[in-house]
Amino acid sequence: MGKRDWPLWEVFIQPRAGLNHKHVGSLRAPDADMAISNARDVYTRRGEGESIWVVRSTDIHASAPDDRGMLYDPSDDKIYRHPTFYDVPEDVEHM
Amino acid sequence: MSALTQAERRDYCIRFGDNALILGQRLGEWCGHAPVLEEDIALTNIALDLVGQARLWLAHAGAVEGEGRDEDALAMKRDVLDFRNVLLVEQPNGDFAHTIARQFLYDAWAVPLYQALASSGDETIRGIAEKAVKESLYHRRHSSEWVIRLGDGTEESRARMITALDDLWGFQDELFEMDALDAKALAAGVGIDLAALRPAWSAHVEAVLAEATLPLPGVTWRVTGGRKGRHSEHLGYILAELQFLQRAYPDAVRW
Repeated sequence: MGKRDWPLWEVFIQPRAGLNHKHVGSLRAPDADMAISNARDVYTRRGEGESIWVVRSTDIHASAPDDRGMLYDPSDDKIYRHPTFYDVPEDVEHM
Repeated sequence: MSALTQAERRDYCIRFGDNALILGQRLGEWCGHAPVLEEDIALTNIALDLVGQARLWLAHAGAVEGEGRDEDALAMKRDVLDFRNVLLVEQPNGDFAHTIARQFLYDAWAVPLYQALASSGDETIRGIAEKAVKESLYHRRHSSEWVIRLGDGTEESRARMITALDDLWGFQDELFEMDALDAKALAAGVGIDLAALRPAWSAHVEAVLAEATLPLPGVTWRVTGGRKGRHSEHLGYILAELQFLQRAYPDAVRW
């Protein structure tokens, strides 16, 4: 059996409705339906979630590590982008 | 409508419990040996589901028997002649195709079985059925998807799938058998009409085989007997592995 014929898939699990799907790992499967079945078997044994996304690893595009400086450093010293200048009254709980 | 005796209710439950126990034990033999890691986990997950169902069935059987036998006693201390599983579940794992074919034929039966048992007059049986039906739906999806991929796969996978289905096809009649105990359980409102499950089973099996581009097996021989305690030579070996520890070290309580 050509295991090299089984592409790699990245698995994302949504813990509860409304929350984000989180990346939990990867697995091999011949196609999308089996990838979801395999993800259910491998990554939801302990009640981890209610929804599964699988994406072929080759469809994931990642930023290059060498570009880190160019992409992310400029936002380090722009404090006006953070909402930290408000006086929040003590009784306001979730802000 | 005459009620079931305690012994009859026990015997009715033992049949379903033994099916789950022996099939779970067979699937457990794949642990560490499956063709890919994901299937190793899938097959053992299914095995655990089945053993969990067996535990519930045998616990209920022991309770209604009322002689102090719990699920462990029933699972570990009965010998071959006292087991009531169908012959299908004790057949060897063989290659992956045989395991999938056996599972497929069983799961296609388990889904309508538990859907029907969810209306049993016995409250515990209803509870077992409500839980097991969800597990069985997933098992059936898993085995059906594999039948399709193996059947409509390579020449080798297709040939193996055809051989596997031919080898197991003859064991189907036992799944739909209604003997005197089944009839009495049905009349008492506890059991269901097993023969009535056959159309749903056939519909699903035939639809999946068609999608898998597999021919319907032309095998005409049929064998029954497991439900009466007349088992194949395989069950003795299965029980030897399953029961060795309990029989050799009966006082062992801590692991």
